Amino acid sequence: MRPNPLRSKAVLSDPAGADVPVGRRSFLRLGAVLTGGLALGGNSAIAEPSQESPPADAPWSQSIGAGVVDRPYGRPADTEASVIRRNVPWLTATAESSVSFSPLQDLHGIITPNGLFFERHHAGRPDIDPAQHKLLIHGLVERPLLLTMKDILRFPQTTRIHFIECPANGGMNWRAAQMNSLQFSHGMVSCAEWTGVKLSTLLEETGIKKEAKWAMVEGADGAHMNRSLPLDKCLDDCLVVYAQNGEALRPEQGYPLRLVVPGWEGNVNIKWLRRIKLGEKPWHSREETSKYTDLMPDGTSRGFTWLMDAKSVVTFPCPEKPLDGAGLYEIRGLAWTGNGKVTRVDVSVDGGINWQTARLHEPVLSKALTKFTLPWRWDGRPALVASRVVDESGYVQPTIAELRKQRGSNSVYHNNSIQTWQVKSDGTVFNVQLA
Amino acid sequence: MYSSRKVGLPIVALLLAAGGGRAGAAEPGSFGYGTAATPAQIAGWDIDVRGEDGAGLPPGKGTVDRGADVYAEQCAACHGTFGEGEGRFPKLVGGVGSLRDERPEPTVGSYWPFAPTLWDYINRAMPMPAPHTLSADDVYALTAYILNLNELVPSEFVADRNSLPKVKMRNRDAFIWTDPRPDTGAKPCMQACVNGADVKVSSTAEDRNLTPRTTGPLDTMQPK
Ligand code: HEC
Repeated sequence: MRPNPLRSKAVLSDPAGADVPVGRRSFLRLGAVLTGGLALGGNSAIAEPSQESPPADAPWSQSIGAGVVDRPYGRPADTEASVIRRNVPWLTATAESSVSFSPLQDLHGIITPNGLFFERHHAGRPDIDPAQHKLLIHGLVERPLLLTMKDILRFPQTTRIHFIECPANGGMNWRAAQMNSLQFSHGMVSCAEWTGVKLSTLLEETGIKKEAKWAMVEGADGAHMNRSLPLDKCLDDCLVVYAQNGEALRPEQGYPLRLVVPGWEGNVNIKWLRRIKLGEKPWHSREETSKYTDLMPDGTSRGFTWLMDAKSVVTFPCPEKPLDGAGLYEIRGLAWTGNGKVTRVDVSVDGGINWQTARLHEPVLSKALTKFTLPWRWDGRPALVASRVVDESGYVQPTIAELRKQRGSNSVYHNNSIQTWQVKSDGTVFNVQLA
Repeated sequence: MYSSRKVGLPIVALLLAAGGGRAGAAEPGSFGYGTAATPAQIAGWDIDVRGEDGAGLPPGKGTVDRGADVYAEQCAACHGTFGEGEGRFPKLVGGVGSLRDERPEPTVGSYWPFAPTLWDYINRAMPMPAPHTLSADDVYALTAYILNLNELVPSEFVADRNSLPKVKMRNRDAFIWTDPRPDTGAKPCMQACVNGADVKVSSTAEDRNLTPRTTGPLDTMQPK
């Protein structure tokens, strides 16, 4: 086999190296790339392509690309610069107590890349020194314990994939279709592989006193964000995690330590976790009285509505991704439920008159995003595209009309209704609600 | 499967009895990681106050008058001199009787069920630019002032660990603390589920001009 000059150390470290067995033409080209910089198309040794590619080779096929560790961490292609978390500037008073939305329209799997995971902060994103971060566990425990990150890393590891959804996801569409966008109507849900230690392991290590029924979990951010959780849930499936999709948590997601409360509203998944206190009764903190309670039409309010009901949404087509003429398409979407696994997703293209069962893509995991697809031959006529999930508890995702009948439109949180996308004959897509 | 389990059990039991077993984990301290938290360490972080009965409220006290002074200095810029809220910053007063309205206004006065939660929240999260920097006395004073703005306590009210839990909040009895969901129990119909003539678009986000752009740089749009 002929040695590849581009892979030769001698060439890469010494472009003038004469003893490299390489033809004159390619040597000149290589030299030009290495001395003339690595910018695409900025290479005078390559003739401007006079033809489209193909038949011509594109510039990147006739030049050498950037070497390893050019981007030691790595980042998406420059042309993907639009695929970012975005906020609704008019929604909140400040960016420090606010939310950003995942660009679901550009995501293709069940895992949200770490840089695109939605954010919800109440006092901004603290940048914490992990060497100084500690977790205090106290209250109704046998042995109040102070753990460093080093200590926490020694406990047996557990890795699981779970979604986290802000209960206000879709809240802007309670009253009417408002956000003409998948990102802004559904982007407060994301899903990651979380690694850490089971909360039950930590609590067993401290010893749980018999009278303990609740846990207060608190963050180290300026909001000292705190919520009450029933001890049963803590011992069932909660995780204290330090890793997200295999790497350390992002600061926006609670670095160095956060709680994951599978299937329950995002707000209880305390980020920057620094304290767990066991007690006999719930605390009724501001975040579980003034906020994260659901105002009903009769003026009563529901508190401690932690469960995220089953929900699904078509991610293609959507307002950001219109159709390009009649023909065969694949309707794509995501479904999830706090009750466990998604068992079925049905799709309608006629506003819910008829439904067809979509294909669920493996893996179908408990309390994780699940992907579904359904082939669809679009005839170019107006259509109303929607999806409806059924979960393993038998719960069926309701229409917005059904949900409003029960809840009115002032409960802010827990709008898990069916999303209808109106496809117009020109292929454009709009967020609509049906009577 | 069965036989290996039968064999496994006595071994696990033996290991646990010998104190060397991890299976089943139950003994506190069996990992031995971390350090015992000292009372002083706990005291520094143990800031939570229970809404219902004020458990955890520290010693100290504050008057409405003192609260007005601290408030003017540290809170009014965002929340308005009388709690009316500047711009989109939250209102701290008003909305009483509005909870069944088309546009309800949940505030400390109209919505919050427990007064000690107000002390707790101001103490842990406010003033927003410098959270958890106020003295216990000043937090009591601010709590008294905001309760007074909401006509929940008289102007001579002194807030302390005994008086706060006794303040009767207007909306206290309107909360249900057990989740009654599921709200809906529909069966998943597949064919002819609704009458075609009844399928009407009742609302659309088209032309609402509320949606920031989702390509290019971040949008800075403000409401029209
Ligand atoms: C820089 C602006 C700012 C200042 C100054 C400020 N706050 Fe706030 N305050 C906010 C914001 C923003 C929120 C909402 C935070 C959230 O929901 O995460 C808030 C929320 C509150 C709430 C809860 C309102 C509700 O109904 O849930 C109270 C009470 C409060 N602040 C009291 C105070 C007090 C007392 C001070 C002065 C010591 C103060 N704030 C200073 C911005 C401010």
